[in-house]
Amino acid sequence: MELVNVEQLQVLLNKFANEDVYIHLETTNGAYASHFDEKVFNAGAFIRNVMLRYELGKVAGEAPHRVGLKLPHGWVYAQGITHFELDEHDRLLMAGHDQNGKLAVALQISKTPFTY
Amino acid sequence: MTLPMERHVLVVFPHPDDEAFGVSGTIATYVKQGIPVTYACLTLGEMGRNLGNPPFATRETLPQIRKEELLASAKAMGVTDLRMMGLRDKTVEFEDDEKMVEMMENLIEDTNPSLVITFYPNYAVHPDHDATGRAMIRAIRRMPKETRPTIYALAFSNDSKEVLGEPDIVHNIKESREEKMGAMRAHISQTAWMLEEMDKRLADGEPEAENWLHFERFYTYDFNKDFE
Repeated sequence: MELVNVEQLQVLLNKFANEDVYIHLETTNGAYASHFDEKVFNAGAFIRNVMLRYELGKVAGEAPHRVGLKLPHGWVYAQGITHFELDEHDRLLMAGHDQNGKLAVALQISKTPFTY
Repeated sequence: MTLPMERHVLVVFPHPDDEAFGVSGTIATYVKQGIPVTYACLTLGEMGRNLGNPPFATRETLPQIRKEELLASAKAMGVTDLRMMGLRDKTVEFEDDEKMVEMMENLIEDTNPSLVITFYPNYAVHPDHDATGRAMIRAIRRMPKETRPTIYALAFSNDSKEVLGEPDIVHNIKESREEKMGAMRAHISQTAWMLEEMDKRLADGEPEAENWLHFERFYTYDFNKDFE
């Protein structure tokens, strides 16, 4: 993955607009967060292979970036995106990695389903 | 330390690397004693957070990396019967409970173990760990008492010693230290930070670091104090 280049990422987001796409969206502070520090509130969520169609996709802000997808009746939103790549299967992978190299957020868009 | 003989040892954990921290020395010791060991790993740790910065993997390439690491860890421990069960990281507790028990029953039927090593439900921190232990203990509970394998359960939640007391089984695995380090190093994508820390602590001569490389601790599961 490369650090986000806003122009390049915007071109890629445009490419997937107005088509049925599969989404992987995830955010987490780690399954062990409250084990290591009992004051930490453990929270996370992911959805995988949910199909949707967005009419407008944008990357916004300075790094770490925000990405928003406007749907006919709703939104997909991710904050903290630092890296991106179009992988060998033409899937747009975006992720936010913290200073320790741990993934904090991921948003991925594909025309074919992701694995299980 | 020579461990008591076993007919077959069945180890069941949900994530590649779960075996490395607390059991790899024990596994290697059994293998060296000629005892057959089966390691069933339920997921490939697909949702692991350690991806590096700059990243060395993506959410989609991580499973393949961790699969290779799992194979390397099995090799380091001398395990020849490694089974990957195809579930997804984080989702074990949401699988059908009965299906999970059946998975464990099939593993038991297949390997006829005299000893099963898994996590202690409710004291194993990660929900996948608890769910794995739960399914295995349910499967064994259904067996006639006289045919049940012994269960060594791993507990490491912050309250485990307070509630369960000290582990009753302590293996001195000093002679399998290299195999244990080999298993730890095999899972380098997940253990790099920990190994770095440990090298520092070993260099400083901290007894706790040595302790960790020499002893592995388990609770013999007692159905008279069942978790449910």
